[in-house]
Amino acid sequence: MEEFFEPIAGGILIGIASMGLLATLGRVAGISSIAWGAFAGPDREWRLLFVMGLVAGAAILHTLTGNPIPSAPEGSLPLAVIAGLLVGFGTRMGSGCTSGHGICGIGRLSLRSLVATCVFMATGIITVLVMRTLMETLL
Amino acid sequence: MKHWPALLTGLIFGAGLALSGMTNTTKVIGFLDVFGAWDPDLMFVMGGALVVSLGATPWIIAWTQPLLAEAFSLPINKSIDKQLIIGGALFGIGWGLWGYCPGPAIASLAYGHESTIAFCAAMILGMWLAGKLGLNTSRLNS
Repeated sequence: MEEFFEPIAGGILIGIASMGLLATLGRVAGISSIAWGAFAGPDREWRLLFVMGLVAGAAILHTLTGNPIPSAPEGSLPLAVIAGLLVGFGTRMGSGCTSGHGICGIGRLSLRSLVATCVFMATGIITVLVMRTLMETLL
Repeated sequence: MKHWPALLTGLIFGAGLALSGMTNTTKVIGFLDVFGAWDPDLMFVMGGALVVSLGATPWIIAWTQPLLAEAFSLPINKSIDKQLIIGGALFGIGWGLWGYCPGPAIASLAYGHESTIAFCAAMILGMWLAGKLGLNTSRLNS
């Protein structure tokens, strides 16, 4: 049970934050659209504040709990750029990501969001399978 | 500073991501590796968040207006179109390649890893490109 405490508690905090944003400002906590809006508008002010909060919140959490900061992701810089391009392109084309579709959309019982969530979970799982198989074959 | 709740909820969201393990790409890849050494922990993140969201969302959006704004701003596009499917599929591939979805990528800027800055810059570029190609179909009611 203990190993599940942090994932569950973290998930509940994410849920509370999403509901807090909806209840106060009436906005959906979809990070991909908030990130794009913070960069390009419209309504940049609240979106920039939210993005700044994300970064500061993570920093504060590690300071308060003493949880170690995760080590740098494994992989080359070009792979980070390719992955980032796909995540940005895909979330803007598909109107959302794990938070907007997966938490807020499903919370609103949106079939569109449920479908999107199943699709990105499936391709994420397939991608990891393919990458691991490739690595094992090459090494 | 009428937008202060955005800062507060962003802080809580970022803390939740960091606590949950979502900002640890090894954990995320392990979670997606269901055909290998599957690490199911992160399922509980989605579970915890969804319990709150499924419980509270219907209640909140039934209010006549939010507490500190004039109206709710909710998505109105309900169509399951090819943008949704292809976009979702491409996003999943990028997520599986590196281990970051947008929230954890941004929150992890706090860790100061060079590759995370590159990932986030590329992510914004990808978003710009999809918009430039006219592929974004999201619409809000207000």
